[in-house]
Amino acid sequence: MRDVSIIGIGQTPVGEHWDTSLRDLGAQAIIAALKDAGVGRPDALYVGNMLSGQLGAQEQLATLLADWSGLRGIEALRVEAACASGAAALRMGILAVASGWHDLVVVCGVEKMTDMDGEETTVALMAAADAEYEGIHGTSFVSLNAMLMRRYMEEYGVPHDAFAGFPMNSHANAVNNPNAMFRQAIKRDTFVNARMIADPINLFDSAPIADGAAAVVLCPSERAHEFAAHPVRIAASSVATDSVALHDRHDPLFLAAVNASAMKAYQQAGIGPSDVDLFELHDAFSIIAALSLEASGFAPRGQGTQLAIAGEIGLQGRVPICTLGGLKARGHPVGATGMYQIVEASMQLRGQAGANQIPDAHWAMTQNIGGVGGTAITHILEG
Amino acid sequence: MRLAPHWRVRRQRLQLRGEICESCGQHLFPPRDVCPHCHQPADEQFAYSGEGTVYSYSTVYEPPHGYEQYAPYTVALVRLKEGPLVTAQLTDIDPQDVRIGLPVEMVTRVLREEGEDGMIVYGYKFRPILHVESQAV
Repeated sequence: MRDVSIIGIGQTPVGEHWDTSLRDLGAQAIIAALKDAGVGRPDALYVGNMLSGQLGAQEQLATLLADWSGLRGIEALRVEAACASGAAALRMGILAVASGWHDLVVVCGVEKMTDMDGEETTVALMAAADAEYEGIHGTSFVSLNAMLMRRYMEEYGVPHDAFAGFPMNSHANAVNNPNAMFRQAIKRDTFVNARMIADPINLFDSAPIADGAAAVVLCPSERAHEFAAHPVRIAASSVATDSVALHDRHDPLFLAAVNASAMKAYQQAGIGPSDVDLFELHDAFSIIAALSLEASGFAPRGQGTQLAIAGEIGLQGRVPICTLGGLKARGHPVGATGMYQIVEASMQLRGQAGANQIPDAHWAMTQNIGGVGGTAITHILEG
Repeated sequence: MRLAPHWRVRRQRLQLRGEICESCGQHLFPPRDVCPHCHQPADEQFAYSGEGTVYSYSTVYEPPHGYEQYAPYTVALVRLKEGPLVTAQLTDIDPQDVRIGLPVEMVTRVLREEGEDGMIVYGYKFRPILHVESQAV
């Protein structure tokens, strides 16, 4: 198996792009990444996307995007793992290059969610859960995560406002990200007084629905110097799964797939949590941010919120997370999110993160989660 | 009208029927062909009592499409007496009276209606255990 590196990155701003279609968003990111890499025609395209079928009546999406990006004819396939689709597509791209099958691969995560109203989109997102035994009861991802948060708060004696640091950190970091959806810092009071969606989850506990696309170009590390001044090496790529339904979990408060995927990734990269300079984690909900930190070895169980309270998750902290806004403030176009995490981590390792630059960033970890922890995909990048 | 998907699971929805794994003894709900605990084949039927306690809950104020008419409602994870956790709505209780650990029992209720001309889907919900006192005659 060959070592794989990222030689080009591209992204669209995250937001409500009513004037830009799914295919145009994807093509923009793909073309930008190819231009950044100085690559004309790659061997293959892998596309991460969750909802194009349900919301856009569009399947065969990778084929459409290949054509729309001027790449008609190349190998093109779509990969789906709910909100982990972006990282899942990257996984396929990495396998294609590492195996020796292809030399130049472009991977794109793209999602369009704002063409219809929130209630419809909420229903579509429930396809990531168990339709027959969760969805039928009127649950949505908000209420599933809310039940998790409620149990966590009770078992560990943690009050709701202990989670405030997560959205506050994400929003503060997004101020300096021109591609972020929400670029205003929020005060603690804003969090505490926010409208309840499904108690105890309020508006600021949850990442926003959005449109966006992000892409990278991959090649074997031994050839990276032909294309990039500062290639980013993929040191680990690991996928693990758990039950889809929250009620089938052995221990609902422990994200076992996150744990398995993170531990495998550390092993592949030959590092541990203390070596990680920044962690682009999956803050779809503040409870998931806390549970991800715990399952990935950054905090003992029940103490994830302590990192937020102590400011350890900030840019100057011990475990900087969501350095360019995370899912909460950069936005969460679900199938694209995993690729935004990769693009942002690459920017940090290349020294291109501007005011949010983590000094001497050398190891970046990204983690993309499908459903309420059903699929967990962890990558470790070295730059 | 989507009849088959609901008809297929009628024994689960209306009777809370699941399985017990012959190899490891774990209780399974819903039934499945392969035991998730020991990975052996599972097919021995088991009828749950319907009794359980609330493991967690959340009151939904912004429902997904199709459930607007029922809002606000409370969804819960219920730990069945026999072991498995199930997702279901709570009924016959005020949201502020719900607590983790509340003893509940299964009842059959309308889960949703598929439009004015569509199917009425019935299934399990859970209510606080109803104690009925009988009087000597």
